[in-house]
Amino acid sequence: MDSMNFDLAVTPLRDLNRFLHKEAVAQGIKQVTVLHPDGAHNIAVGLNAPVAVDIEGHAGYYAAGMLKHGEVTIHGNAGTGVAENMMSGKVHVKGFASVSAGASAHGGLLVVDGDTSLRCGISLKGGDIVVGGSVGSFSGFMAQAGRMVICGNAGDALGDSLYEAVIYVRGKIKSLGADARIEDMTESDYQAVGELLAAAGYTYDPHEFKRVASAKSLYHWNADANQEY
Amino acid sequence: MNDNEHILKHIAKEGSAGYDRKIMDYIHNAATHGLYEIRGMGAKRAVPNFDDLVLLGASLSRYPLEGYREKCSTKTILGTRFASKPIELEIPITIAGMSFGALSANVKESLGRAATELGTSTTTGDGGMTAEERQSSKTLVYQCLPSRYGFNPDDVRRADAIEIVIGQGAKPGGGGMLLGQKISPRVAKMRTLPEGIDQRSACRHPDWTGPDDLVIKIQELREMTDWEKPIYVKVGATRTFHDVKLAVHAGADVIVVDGMQGGTAATQTCFIEHVGIPTLAALRQAVDALEDLNMKGKVQLIISGGVRTGADVAKALAMGADAVAIGQGVLYALGCNHDAYTLDGVVHSACNDYEQLGTAAGYCHHCHTGRCPVGITTQDEQLAQRLMPDLGAKRLKNYLKTLNMELTTLARACGKQNVHHLEREDLAAMTIEAAAMARLPLAGTDWIPGFSQM
Ligand code: SF4
Repeated sequence: MDSMNFDLAVTPLRDLNRFLHKEAVAQGIKQVTVLHPDGAHNIAVGLNAPVAVDIEGHAGYYAAGMLKHGEVTIHGNAGTGVAENMMSGKVHVKGFASVSAGASAHGGLLVVDGDTSLRCGISLKGGDIVVGGSVGSFSGFMAQAGRMVICGNAGDALGDSLYEAVIYVRGKIKSLGADARIEDMTESDYQAVGELLAAAGYTYDPHEFKRVASAKSLYHWNADANQEY
Repeated sequence: MNDNEHILKHIAKEGSAGYDRKIMDYIHNAATHGLYEIRGMGAKRAVPNFDDLVLLGASLSRYPLEGYREKCSTKTILGTRFASKPIELEIPITIAGMSFGALSANVKESLGRAATELGTSTTTGDGGMTAEERQSSKTLVYQCLPSRYGFNPDDVRRADAIEIVIGQGAKPGGGGMLLGQKISPRVAKMRTLPEGIDQRSACRHPDWTGPDDLVIKIQELREMTDWEKPIYVKVGATRTFHDVKLAVHAGADVIVVDGMQGGTAATQTCFIEHVGIPTLAALRQAVDALEDLNMKGKVQLIISGGVRTGADVAKALAMGADAVAIGQGVLYALGCNHDAYTLDGVVHSACNDYEQLGTAAGYCHHCHTGRCPVGITTQDEQLAQRLMPDLGAKRLKNYLKTLNMELTTLARACGKQNVHHLEREDLAAMTIEAAAMARLPLAGTDWIPGFSQM
């Protein structure tokens, strides 16, 4: 047996997480299915092993938070902070995601098939995020490294105070945040977008995307930047 | 000179109370640079503090313990509410979070070594956990800060406790500012930043926005660590009564309250001097909140911000704190503002280096420059050599040991076999302001301003 089911209608979340942290690898379990998640918070947080977790329904806050190595698929919507501070592995939300999806993720890939709410990819530190739908305002705020691919539209203040992270957008951008600018796509951008779309399972043409990156005018004190610094 | 000329001469040199030298310099600086002053250290203004309280040593109505023979316990246990592995300390004096980046790696190692030898804890900071400090610290508290620089689940698992930092006493509500000169290659790598840029750190956490979310964030960290490690919540002192209550409701095991005298590596002076309330007032509000919820002793309280001496520690404990955390005092112990440093056993003057920074030993608050004359708050490899871990650990150990000796001496004088038995009844206030803030009687009276009749 290399798979297991956990029914959160009858099994406490604590038992699921303890199993994922301490027993799954020892027992040779490679796949865990979580039934009746019903919006429970903190499902599969701190997973640190190459185990695939399928959440059969909606997840609450911080699903797959701080993930390393594992692969978590949410067959529903995800609450606040899905895949926050992810280090590696993959999280796939088949539905929509709430605020702060992929916040401060250092590595790994977050895919959201639907839309994400405000502040998607806030403080991103190196992970990759692909959103099939649109993202809310202040997405990519203070993102330091990593890449975001947005197949739909972006809300207000996209990429405000970006550092070295890059955002690719296919649809409309309501407004750019402080220090963010649209730049020409290069061959390596097309290649990066193509690879990320393929990893996420999308077939859009990379040539439909534009690149948003930091203008770097706020990297050092700038008295003329008014309130933007 | 006739009488009239004499009077006019004095009037001609009369300063303005509203626009004194300090405020004039401030306006000239703002007009020249269009930038607020950013600096290190804590508030320069005088506010009511522990010096405004006195301990009531035993005489006839109380019986003191013999200072040199009778034992006085200092054992301190933190995180007994939910964590399966609470923190056990030999002394109630801990080292506050200070980041690698603000401090050199040598200093971080010194802190760990000294804390370990004295059986207390040290704390990481905004730059994440360094290998040196994990290795040197037996008990290490790992901070989860808004910036999440270098925040790593492997380090969470390696930590002994986790401190969710909501705010700092020097700048409640504000983010940090590490100027480009301190973003060395190693700091840049740990923080995922380009080298040499100004680092503006966030003032709020990226993935939660209020007390209801904090409940779930705390649960996430507990789930992540299998409910083993205590979760601390640190707040900068402002609306402390309500903040402490919310932190208790959110599930904190330990609450850290940092008063306005708390230090910082670099932030706007307007924050340091004008935001937050004094430690004395915050401590009383925090204890009130715990007592109101009947959680005193169940959720432990650490107070920080201007705790400098063993007497401060004794007074903080008597007011209701379970432990104190020290940041700035620790830096002074390491040699901050000293006029000399020791390199290869030879004492060198640091006076020229202070002068080059435009200051002098005793007046320096130039941590933000990265040019610390005594090698503490720097990432410059040569300057950092001015404080080697051996010497740093030794100085810090001496300082903390002295504080602990003073604490137990004072506790014994109040008749206590355990420093945690110090109580509010052992205190009186020296000024009306301190009496009102700490809600203690003015010395020699039963009068507590606002609470009892004169
Ligand atoms: S001596 Fe060093 S640590 Fe002390 S205030 Fe000056 S720069 Fe900061």
